[in-house]
Amino acid sequence: MRAMLMRTCLSDVMAPSVARAARTVLERAGLTVAVPRRQTCCGQPGWSSGHPEQARRVARTALAAFAGDDPVVVPSGSCAAMVRHGYPELFAGQPEEEAALAMAARTRELTQFIAEQGLGVGARGSGSATYHDSCHMLRLLGERESGRAALAAVDGVELREMQATDVCCGFGGTFSVNFPEVSGRLGEEKARNAAATGADELVACDLSCLLHIVGRARRTGIGIRARHIAEVLAG
Amino acid sequence: MSSRRPVVYPDTTAPLRERTREALADDALAANLRAAGASWGAARARIASENPFAQMRDRAREIRRGDVRDLPELLDRLEERVRAAGGVVTRAADADAACRYITDLAAARGARLVAKSKSMATEEIKLNEAIEESGLRVVETDLGEWILQLAGQHPSHIVAPAVPLNKEQVRQVLMAESGWELPSDREALVAHARTRLREVFASADIGISGVNFGVAETGTICVVENEGNARLVTALPRIHVAVMGMERVVRDWDEAAHILQILPMAAIGDDAAGYVNLITGPRAPGEADGPEELHLVIVDGGRSALLGTDLEEALDCIRCGACLYSCPMWRSVGGQAYGSPYSGPIGSVLTPLLEGMEGERSSELPFMSSLCGSCHDACPVGIPLHDLLVRVRARVTTAAHRRDRARFRLWSLAWSSPAAYRASVLLARMGLRLAGRRGWARRLPGPGAEWTSQRDLPTRWPPTPPR
Repeated sequence: MRAMLMRTCLSDVMAPSVARAARTVLERAGLTVAVPRRQTCCGQPGWSSGHPEQARRVARTALAAFAGDDPVVVPSGSCAAMVRHGYPELFAGQPEEEAALAMAARTRELTQFIAEQGLGVGARGSGSATYHDSCHMLRLLGERESGRAALAAVDGVELREMQATDVCCGFGGTFSVNFPEVSGRLGEEKARNAAATGADELVACDLSCLLHIVGRARRTGIGIRARHIAEVLAG
Repeated sequence: MSSRRPVVYPDTTAPLRERTREALADDALAANLRAAGASWGAARARIASENPFAQMRDRAREIRRGDVRDLPELLDRLEERVRAAGGVVTRAADADAACRYITDLAAARGARLVAKSKSMATEEIKLNEAIEESGLRVVETDLGEWILQLAGQHPSHIVAPAVPLNKEQVRQVLMAESGWELPSDREALVAHARTRLREVFASADIGISGVNFGVAETGTICVVENEGNARLVTALPRIHVAVMGMERVVRDWDEAAHILQILPMAAIGDDAAGYVNLITGPRAPGEADGPEELHLVIVDGGRSALLGTDLEEALDCIRCGACLYSCPMWRSVGGQAYGSPYSGPIGSVLTPLLEGMEGERSSELPFMSSLCGSCHDACPVGIPLHDLLVRVRARVTTAAHRRDRARFRLWSLAWSSPAAYRASVLLARMGLRLAGRRGWARRLPGPGAEWTSQRDLPTRWPPTPPR
């Protein structure tokens, strides 16, 4: 089976290890993974900031880069939600509408893809982890289970649920810099809840939340470590 | 969209970000909001577990979608039936027209004192100010609203207006109003308020209420409340004026019964509201009570411009306030920071839509959201508020938004070319390497400055473990 990997712009800039880990996980599960070289960003920053025309311009590169019939796998609930939930509206009435709908239909967040395809990841780890429900994964994709299931399948890792795991961490894209004080307050609450579990690390399906939570934690003296779920699955 | 009278309060002058900072610095407010949010959350979870809430919500969504789709027809029917029952109906195109109708009516009847029960529509049209300017006295009779009126504050929540005040703050306000020394227990404070407000009910010439919804089938006005004050306001004074946003119509009693059931479930996590007042016309010959005159004022105020657009679902709202409590942003700063009668997710959508997209203060509101979607989960009529927020953002026409668009134009130029994208990623990674010390940046220049105003940035990933 073949799949195309969407690396995500945030992984490209902030954490290339996340996209590399996602590739490793898929290849270990026996997939042939293509990483289209002409991919850039899904367009979400422009879309959610109220600039649909600019977002469309960027999103067209994704339509072109991920053309074909193979599933598109992305290590981010938020980018997956942009494609699945946002593209139909972004491209409604546009010449690319059909291509956008088709891409939306074959795009999956990494752990959703693993669960749907019943892939064996064979990951090993140790210690304990707490899982943060990222909002777009949970509420736009309606996915509460696949991230937890992937973690549960990692040999030797214990899941410790935190309080209010489904409450937003306060990242919110450009919200994080437009209203940094509100964003920071929410990030701190999330970091405290994560730390209170005593788990060794915080895990989520979205790098954006993690960057914000660990950044706020460090600023306010809360000791937590974090990894993206792809990195945990890649061992 | 054309320029309309502001929906935000006249004293909403500071930028939203400044107002959120002030709210965050208020520890008492944070404690009150936390307590209110937690108690709503617990009640709501209980009621959802005891009822088929998901199905009820689907049905409520279906009802409201249909009502708003058929709004012109339903409004005509409502108007006709209210008239048939002996009421007077006025359609007001905007806030000025609505206020003028009411102050003219008060002048024509020689009224001096107006008693009001809680109403969002009258907050929206700034009716109290208009009444006071015309030389009359107006008293809010919902306990929370009255306390806020005395304290000179705006309501902070659709259903629970005085959420940001605690018991001691309330005691101070009531002592200042009456000049009496008051004990600090809750019962005594409520009893005191009841005594003071009873004088108002008995002597008011006009009672003004809002409308939860009008039932087109019979021309009945529903006013839902928990204190009994709206019953007195709508029954005791000689004249009852009901002010209604034009979308607050349901087709028939089948629909009304369902909405009446889900409204208190969503709003307060309870099976039923304390009082449901059903008013069909003024006092009829042979009836023992009720007002001599009933006036229904139906306010458009920018609503009809939304019909048939992709923002129409904003009109489905039944004003339960659930999206406010569910919103992490609202729970952090409270409703007053929004500077509008409509706060929280629905307020951030409605305020700029009703006011016009060029309002500098109103158009900041849709951006004060992380788009987390918990409002959609909480909404009893399933409004996709996170989607509406994005759509409203796209329509904003302020100078600030135009500057933002110019920045995003550059972004789209660079990131629509794979080569330019790769170059910019390379540059960003070099910049990160320069900014980082042992894997972390504490202060970034330029666009990163707001990030590091609140957080460090890991320049290596996975981040270096904490010391």
